[in-house]
Amino acid sequence: MAIEVRIPTILRNLTDGAKAVDGKGGTLDELFADLDTRHAGLRDRLVDAKGLRKFVNVYLNDEDVRFLGGLETEVADGDSVTILPAVAGG
Amino acid sequence: MLTIERALVEKIIAHARADHPDEACGIIAGPAGSGRPVRYVAMANAERSPTFYRFDSQEQLKVWREMDDRDEEPVVIYHSHTATEAYPSRTDISYASEPNAHYVLVSTREEDGTEFRSYRIVDGEVTEEEVSVVDAYQG
Repeated sequence: MAIEVRIPTILRNLTDGAKAVDGKGGTLDELFADLDTRHAGLRDRLVDAKGLRKFVNVYLNDEDVRFLGGLETEVADGDSVTILPAVAGG
Repeated sequence: MLTIERALVEKIIAHARADHPDEACGIIAGPAGSGRPVRYVAMANAERSPTFYRFDSQEQLKVWREMDDRDEEPVVIYHSHTATEAYPSRTDISYASEPNAHYVLVSTREEDGTEFRSYRIVDGEVTEEEVSVVDAYQG
């Protein structure tokens, strides 16, 4: 078992075109670090020095992680994580 | 060039007028790769602001899932400017993350007459494109 991470079109250049990839970790932060070892550059598109980038939405089993624990949100085998670009502007 | 049915243009303008002076936003989905906007989806502006818009994250997930299931993509992503021209702002450009989408901007700053313009935004570069409004798509 692993954690499935669904990748949006804009980031699939980092996953060889894959729509979903598997990873592991106890928190979202660890999961992103794990993914980055196989998909270099992915973490940088999701996280900056302050935490989760405001340009992306990350969902754990359909819940926006901003309303959970952000990068410290606990994850486990069998969970599903979805990444979407935020749609916003002025 | 964006080719779009008149009825869809009217829906976008009606939404923008209804939410004025706050910004309105939404998408028109279409078959992936077709470039043809077909299914109109008005989205909530989670910011409820005259100067900013953001899709509600839960609603966005639901709508993006539906598109995935139907093999669709957001062909048009629209929002309104309520006091300035229908041209992408710096914030619009920094958030733009769908290189295949037509970014439609409408301006409701004038009471009579609504600007309706379309852009491609790729890697921070804005290119305005022609808008062809048709009664119905051919073929």
